[in-house]
Order: sequence, then C-alpha cells, then structure tokens
Amino acid sequence: MEENVVLTARGISMTFPGVKALDNVDFTLRKGEIHALMGENGAGKSTLIKCLTGINDFETGEIHIDGIDGPVKNHSTRDAQNVGISTVYQEVNLCPNLSVAENLFIGREPLTKLHTIDRQSYNKRSQKIMDELGISVDVTQNLENYSLAIQQMVAIARAVDMECKVLILDEPTSSLDDEEVEKLFTLMRKLRDNGVGIIFVTHFLEQVYAVCDRITVLRNGSFVGEYPIADLPRVKLVAAMMGKDLDDLAEIKKEQKDFSKEPMEIAAKGLSHAGTVKPFDLDIHKGEVVGIGGLLGSGRSELARCIYGADKAQTGTLEVNGEQVKINQPIDAMNKGMGMLPDDRKAEGIIADLSVRENIILALQAKRGMFRQLSRAQQEEIADRYIDLVQIKTASKETLVKQLSGGNQQKVILARWLATDPDFLILDEPTRGIDIGTKSEIQKLIVKLAGEGKSVLFISSEIEEMLRTCNRMVIMRDGQKVGELDHELSQQSVMKAIAGGES
Amino acid sequence: MKTKTKKSFNSNTLLLIITIVLFIVLYAGGCIAYGAKGFTHFQTFLNILITNAGLICVACGMTCVMLTGGIDISVGALIAMDCMMLAVGMSKGIGAVPMVLLVLLVGIVFGVVQGFLVGYLDIQPFIVSMAGMFFCRGMTAVICTDQVSITEKINPMFYSWANAKVIVPFGGYTNNKGKYMAPYVRPGVIVALLVLVAIFIVLRYTKFGRSLYAVGGSAQSAAMMGLNVKLIKMKAYMLSSFLCSIGGICYCLNTMAGSVTQAAGLEMDAISSAVIGGTLLTGGVGNVIGSFFGVLINGTISSIVKTNGKLASSWPNILTAGLLFVFIVIQSLFAALRARQSSR
Repeated sequence: MEENVVLTARGISMTFPGVKALDNVDFTLRKGEIHALMGENGAGKSTLIKCLTGINDFETGEIHIDGIDGPVKNHSTRDAQNVGISTVYQEVNLCPNLSVAENLFIGREPLTKLHTIDRQSYNKRSQKIMDELGISVDVTQNLENYSLAIQQMVAIARAVDMECKVLILDEPTSSLDDEEVEKLFTLMRKLRDNGVGIIFVTHFLEQVYAVCDRITVLRNGSFVGEYPIADLPRVKLVAAMMGKDLDDLAEIKKEQKDFSKEPMEIAAKGLSHAGTVKPFDLDIHKGEVVGIGGLLGSGRSELARCIYGADKAQTGTLEVNGEQVKINQPIDAMNKGMGMLPDDRKAEGIIADLSVRENIILALQAKRGMFRQLSRAQQEEIADRYIDLVQIKTASKETLVKQLSGGNQQKVILARWLATDPDFLILDEPTRGIDIGTKSEIQKLIVKLAGEGKSVLFISSEIEEMLRTCNRMVIMRDGQKVGELDHELSQQSVMKAIAGGES
Repeated sequence: MKTKTKKSFNSNTLLLIITIVLFIVLYAGGCIAYGAKGFTHFQTFLNILITNAGLICVACGMTCVMLTGGIDISVGALIAMDCMMLAVGMSKGIGAVPMVLLVLLVGIVFGVVQGFLVGYLDIQPFIVSMAGMFFCRGMTAVICTDQVSITEKINPMFYSWANAKVIVPFGGYTNNKGKYMAPYVRPGVIVALLVLVAIFIVLRYTKFGRSLYAVGGSAQSAAMMGLNVKLIKMKAYMLSSFLCSIGGICYCLNTMAGSVTQAAGLEMDAISSAVIGGTLLTGGVGNVIGSFFGVLINGTISSIVKTNGKLASSWPNILTAGLLFVFIVIQSLFAALRARQSSR
C-alpha cells in the first residue's frame, strides 16, 4: 500500500437485477484529503459507497484499509464503523424520537459502574461536541424539535465523534443553506487537517471546487479517472461525467414573450395559511412558467401547497380558468387540472415497493376514482408512453421503483403527474439531488410543456435553473411574497430581490 | 437554564400526566359514588392490583414490543397455555418450582421463535404473533381439554403462594364489628411491581432499552447507526413472551386453574392499557409507567362496574372503548401540533 493512503478499493464489481451497477471500479483515498466522488445519477456513486459501508455485498474486488492486514469486507454499517468508516447520508438517518445526545451516542453510550447508561456524562459530552462545532442546540431535546439542517449537522457530529479514519458525506448539503454549508466546509477542512480522509458526494459543482482536493469520476458504473482538482476545470469535469463534450445547458433559451394577453390559468387573491404563508396574490397565464425564488424556508413550498390544497388556504379566493373554486384537499385541485410534484420525494412522492408502471398511473387512477379502474393494457400503454417521454432509465416498466436511482425516481413522479394531463403543474425542487444531464432534460421538458399551453409553477434553489426556464419569478421572504420580476430577470436582480434591502 | 427545563417538558410527558390525572379522577369518582360500598378502602385499590398483577407483567412486555413498532397478540393464549401447563403438571405430581421454571423457559423459547420470525425473517409481527396465538391456544387444548383446578391437595406449595397475604403496614380500617382489617396484597402483586420497576430501569437506563426506542423511531436509521436491529427486535419479543410467562404464573395464582378459554382477549387489554398509557402503535414513544396506569384505569373501570352491581358486565368494554378513542384523538392532536411546530 502506498504511503499515507487510508483506503483503497480495487476492481469492485456488483450487479443488481438487470443492471451492472459497478464494473471494475478503483478508488483511492489518502489521509487528510477531501475527495469528491462525481458522476451522474445512476453512475454508481451510491452503490460504491454502500459497498464501502457494508450495506451492499460487492461481488469481486478488494478493499484495503490503512492499519488492517488483508482485504476488508464489511457486512454491516457496524463493521464499517469498527474499521473506521463513518457515513452521513443525504436523508438524515437519525431517530427523531430520541434526544440529540442519544442520537450522538446510541450504540456506544458511556456506562456507569452498574452497567446502566451514564446520561449525565453523555449529555455533557454531547453539549461539548456541539458547542465545539458551533451548532447551537440543547442536546437533551428530542431531535424532531430541530430543523432538517440541524439534524444533518447532528448526523455529521455523530460521525465525527466516532473518530473515523474515513468520513463519507453523501449529499450532505442538499438541505443546508449557504451559511450552514460554509460551516460544514469549515468543519470538513478542520477534519482534513486532522488527517481524516473525506469522501464527498455532491451535485453542486461549485461546492466541489470550493472544498475538494481531488476528484474521482464514475460513469455508468465504470471508473473514468482520478484527477487532482487543479487539473480538471469545470467544463472538463462535466464532460467526463457525461462522457461527451457539450454545453447542453446553454441550449435552453426561451424567447421573451408577453403573457399578459394570454388567458388566465390561475388567479389567487389573498390566499394564506396560518403560520406558513402570509396572504398573497398570484396570477399565472396559460403557457407561462412562473418561478418562486427565495431562501430555503422562505415559504416557497408552502405557497405552492396552499394553492394545491395540501395546506388548506384559510383566507382568500382562487380562480382556475376564470372560475372561482374551493380547494379543500389535493384531490379537489387534481380535479381542477392541477398536479404537484412535492419536494420531499421520499416521504410524499414515491412508493418504493410498487413498480414503475404502478407509480406512474397512481395519480391518474386516484383522479378517476376507484370505480373506474384503468385496464392493464391502458396502464401499460400509459407507462410506456411516459417512460419514453421523460426518458426514465429502467430495466422494465415492472421494475420496482426502489431499484431506480434517485434522479429516475424523480422522473417517475414527474411522469405520474404528466399522466393526469394537468393544465397547471406545480414542480417543487424537481431537480434536487439529480445530475446535470437529467436536470437539463427536466428543464427542457418544462419549457416544452409550457409550449403546449400548460402553466407551470416552478420552485428551485438554483437561480440559474429558474432563469433558464421561467418567464416570470415571484420572490418570497419569511413567508411573504415580496415581489415579482419579469423582463429584467437576471442572477443579480433575483439575488437582490431575495436579499431585500433598502433600495 | 430555566427555559431549558421548561422546553424539555414535551407532549409525551403531557400524555403521561393526562393518563395519571385521568386515573385519579376516575378513582376519585368511584370513591364519591360508591364510598358507602367500601370503594374508599385502600383494599379496593390493592384488589385492582391483585386482579391485574398478571396483566401488569404482560403490559410491560407489550410496551417493549410496541416501542419497536411491533405488536404481540399471542400473549393471552400464551397465558392460557402457561396456566394449563402449571395445572396439569402439578396434578401429575411435579413440584411447583420445577413447573414455574419450565413455564418461564417455554416463554423464553416461544419468544425467541417469534422474535426470530419477526426480526430475522422480517415477517409482519401481527401475522407471526397471530400464528403464535393459534399455536398456544391449540396446545392448551392438546395438553388438556377439561378445566383442571389446582387444589391444596394437588400442590400445597403453589396453594400456599396463592393464598399468602403480604400485609401492607398502612391504610387499614376498622370494620363495623370493630375488627382491624389490615390491607394486603398477594405475592403476584410484588412480582408484578418488581417487573414494572425492572422494565422501567431497562427502558430508561440501559443500552438495550434505548435501542428499542431507536428501532421504533426509525429502524433504518438505527441500522445505519450501527445497531443490530434484527437482534434487538428478537430480544423485544423474547422479553415480551418471558414477561408474559411471569404474568401467566401471577394469573394462575389468581385463578388456580387451567382452562382452554382462559385469558381470552387479554392481549387486547394489554394493548389498550399501553395505548391509554401513551405508547404509540407506530413505535418509538411510550413507557411502562404509562402502561401501568393504563392497566389501573382499566381495572378501576371494572371495579366501579362491579361495585355498582347493577350495570351489565359489558360496560367496562364500552368505557374502555370510549377512553381509547379519546386517547387516540389526543395523541393525533399532539402529533399534528408537533408537525406544525417543527415545520416552522
């Protein structure tokens, strides 16, 4: 083993039913480096990580870890922790019903002489750990009382405190705002300087360049290459990930069009939901894509949920197609031709144990009611059409959704709503956590749908993405609609509006 | 610092307090309405404990299983099997101590099998324990289809346990003949209370106890954090069946008989006690003190109906149903409230 290398994986291969998930992949992690693992969705990043952490059993290949003789094969996360590999995942894997301190120490609690848990000692130690990391929490509180961002930080704190040699961060920044991301980076650099090897998986390219030392690129389950960060500028990285040289993203450029003459699709007046959104007015014309900009937690999703009836509007009126409607729950909205792709696809969207076909026809069937069953032939026809339309990469339409990659799951939900043929589609973070190629596909699809006369309400944390797709943007701040931007859409104007200020 | 302690007063504690207050109100109501019939005597309360000693043990085990998000509906049938084993075994001349040990061993083995099926083979706990329920009920009939009584002649030792009085040194009264009536409990109550304290300590202060909460909170997360979820689940079912067998012995000390139909529906009493005590069926929330008060509330209702003497015996069921309903509504209100708070 090379000097100062902490982890090497050689020739790792693994197959899922019908898919070669990893094909002879190499990976090398050195002490004190932050190593980005990059690739499009389905490239095998998650699978490789699961092989390292013992969740997946790889078929061939060897993993070596510094200080341990012979190849290491983990069979559980516990094994992985024992050899010094800790992981923090995109979805927080902690127990919400336990206190912060318990979440930090569960499975390795300090014991008193009587072999009972020494609560005082671990509460004190937990508070110290969290204070050192600059996370202000009361460790005796249940985790569920804190925001997702804080929960994520707790998960990282747990991994850090396990005195790991290898820290794997799998999309840890998806739910953090800029300030929290910066805090996390500070922490990562600190750990790097202490000699921890960090594997960082993210979709945010700028974050890779902000914090990483080295990049390994995977594509379609194969190893593409390992590069020091300086040797791989952004364009080359994207090219390596996609396997082609193109700037696909620049292609989407809609012509500016005046929609004010178009008929009105949605007209909301004074809608509000106590505690989440203050009263707002919003008009959306046919064929228009309206974006909602704002920081995480500014009420973007809540505004959409209010229109859709997911949170019942308590004040105000809503007109759909010029006709006043009362929407008490999502099914009412669906019957008025709305569809909504929720942002939390794990909790609200995908049904992992059903097949792709069943997931796609779900909303359409719900809309029709249970007495008008779609025949099997109809279902298959619809599934095929939308698998093709949104280009879902799946072995077959009967594959279980949980076997698809995250980006493809997202496409399945999109297909589900498209199948109901909505006139008005709400997309809440449709591109979060998916790769650049799929992102641009989804963006193109949105523009195409709008071209067909559908209206879209689009929520995203990436301003550039909204600039590319939206005709108009609504800006939210602290649960309040603070402005609208149309013709002067630019990164600067949007940022300014989000930030607010005197002028 | 003061604000901190105030904040940690969460809705789960509140649920427990509501349960305890409800018990006190119910009991006070009984005292006011039926004081003349002797409801105010301390012995009435102790009788509730004596009658429900077995149920307390079972409810403790049920709570542990429910904390993991599971359920064990085999307990009533297991108690019937325990009682039948004790009755038949002793009438065949086997001593009380070996029989008790045998029953406990059977409980552990039975629990390991159920736990293995739930934990390692990942079968629905409802189905597994339903199969367990049918098995135990069937085995009870296989052992003997008749009712078998345990008399003093059959086993004097067991008989003496059943009739032993443990005098409580306070709370007695003098009856109308001028004789001092010392309040007492049966040995079963002592056993049940020891079980209660032990499980309370286990749940709050041991690794195993906390891991039950972790598994119930999120089994996937618990696995990710390096807990052996399968083993923990298996242990929970083992504990439930073991405690159930202890409960079975307490139960047998009350009935002094084995019969096929014995303890029918007891599993539902245990579940309802746990739910009234604030244990969530979804797992991760609850504790045995709540379940204990749940048992007491059920016991008080039966006791009131019995003291009244005119109400039909179906009334406890209806009252329990009403209470369950109220508690489920309160729980979901709290859950909704919490969801709203955390979304802010």
